[in-house]
Amino acid sequence: MEAIITCQDISFSYARPELREPPVPVFHNLDFTVERGGFVAILGHNGSGKSTLAKHFNAILLPEGGTVYVNGIDTREEDRLLDIRSHVGMVFQNPDNQIVATVVEEDVAFALENMGVPPEEIRKRVEEALDAVNMMEYRSHAPHQLSGGQKQRVAIAGVIAMRPDCIVLDEPTAMLDPRGRQEVMRTLKGLGKYYGITVVLITHFMDEAAKADRVVVMDDGKIILDDAPGEVFSHVERLKSVGLDVPQATELAHELRLAGFDIPGNIITEAQCVEALQGLLDQSNAGKDRE
Amino acid sequence: MIKDITIGQFFPGESPIHRMDPRMKLILTVAYIVMLFIANNAASLLVGVIFLLIVYPVSGISGKMVLRSVKPILPIIAITAVLNMFFIDGEVLFQLWKIRITDKGVITAVMMCARIVCLIAGTSLMTYTTSPIALTDAIERLFSPLKKIKLPVHEVAMMMTIALRFIPTLIEETDKIMSAQKARGADIESGNLVQRIRALVPILIPLFVSAFRRAEELALAMECRCYHGGEGRTRMRQLHLGKLDVVAACVTAVCLAAAILANVHIQVFVLR
Repeated sequence: MEAIITCQDISFSYARPELREPPVPVFHNLDFTVERGGFVAILGHNGSGKSTLAKHFNAILLPEGGTVYVNGIDTREEDRLLDIRSHVGMVFQNPDNQIVATVVEEDVAFALENMGVPPEEIRKRVEEALDAVNMMEYRSHAPHQLSGGQKQRVAIAGVIAMRPDCIVLDEPTAMLDPRGRQEVMRTLKGLGKYYGITVVLITHFMDEAAKADRVVVMDDGKIILDDAPGEVFSHVERLKSVGLDVPQATELAHELRLAGFDIPGNIITEAQCVEALQGLLDQSNAGKDRE
Repeated sequence: MIKDITIGQFFPGESPIHRMDPRMKLILTVAYIVMLFIANNAASLLVGVIFLLIVYPVSGISGKMVLRSVKPILPIIAITAVLNMFFIDGEVLFQLWKIRITDKGVITAVMMCARIVCLIAGTSLMTYTTSPIALTDAIERLFSPLKKIKLPVHEVAMMMTIALRFIPTLIEETDKIMSAQKARGADIESGNLVQRIRALVPILIPLFVSAFRRAEELALAMECRCYHGGEGRTRMRQLHLGKLDVVAACVTAVCLAAAILANVHIQVFVLR
């Protein structure tokens, strides 16, 4: 598959000149690729380097060693910066701090205005983007009249109006209530499906990661697991050893398996769990009937 | 609740005045102010009053709002009236010991007050009928020729927009910080003036710290959305001068002309 983002052998450390201390290394010789299409989740606890990695994807940070390519463009090429940023959009944690304009549709138009898109085209794309996140009826609202989930969807609309290839979200649901989280997750699933936008979701919520096509687990600046969610979450002990949890359904299946029940190891959703448990119950009922 | 504070004094509506191009409104407001200041007699001032009597009903803003906007400057009007009344020479109407009231003094006082009230009512009408965003937009576009002499017109307009955007957010935050400090036993509402001002410090400091953090995040989010200053920027919302604006400009022009004519030809109660 064609790669959108390729990180080759990148290293990065945060300088601390004000403390007169040596720089803190975040990662060293890291390789990472995001392919076109699909939904990638990057998991890791605080300080694992996942946000720092994400900031390399659209040239907010430049690697100290190695190279990051976005659609084949080296992120060090300063004159292609706008090009890179229109290919890879970014949504941050706090919805309040990324909305610029005083009206929803004006905010969605912000990126397009910056890119110098003609007015009629802007209007068309703003409407498309608002439609994609299901916020059309709030187009003339002020941001402070919206809920957290709605604000975050406006922020997402502001990015997809640029028609990027890829959207990177840095813990977009961390400050939202369960309902807001649900709204945002539903929107994200739709982006890949209907608009062909590659989604990179950075999160520490296991159940969100479980919805991805590919889960990358980071710990201490290293990628320790990188596979389909079913596979990744089957390493329950490994995940726990780096301070991460597994989805509740996976946890239950894991405990049952440890207790000697015959249950598959790649359960991640509640539906799968219910199915497996139903299977177990049917089996034991069938056994009882035979007796 | 502190959250319910309205920003500016905009009253949304659909009247012809509301639908006018904000640039035209801004220009005509300036023209109106000029008209009030060149008016030197009762007849030309009357033109200014008549103008308001036409425009306010058209805008659908009630006359009560004029009172509301004049209220805060009542002391200024009172001082102006008193000063003019007592210190202008003329035919003495009334004298008590050293205090004299002259005919010219009374005329000048009344007319000065009328002028100030018209001034406030006229400019308020613009803010009543124009949303702050539209106003910012109009300012940016009207002043854009000044970019040539290196004035940061776009940047100033951007700052105004962001300020407007963050006022409700910061008000909400102030509310939260106040509750948090009260929960820790801070006493904000009692004590003398000095104590109260001191009590504000634990509210303002967290507010400022958070405002800086917000600014940093906002800057990052703006950069991610390709913001690179005003260069090569387009706007979604286009401003168009329509029939309405032409009509409004004509009405204002007629009033201005009438005021000038009245200045020259009708010399009743001339202001010095």
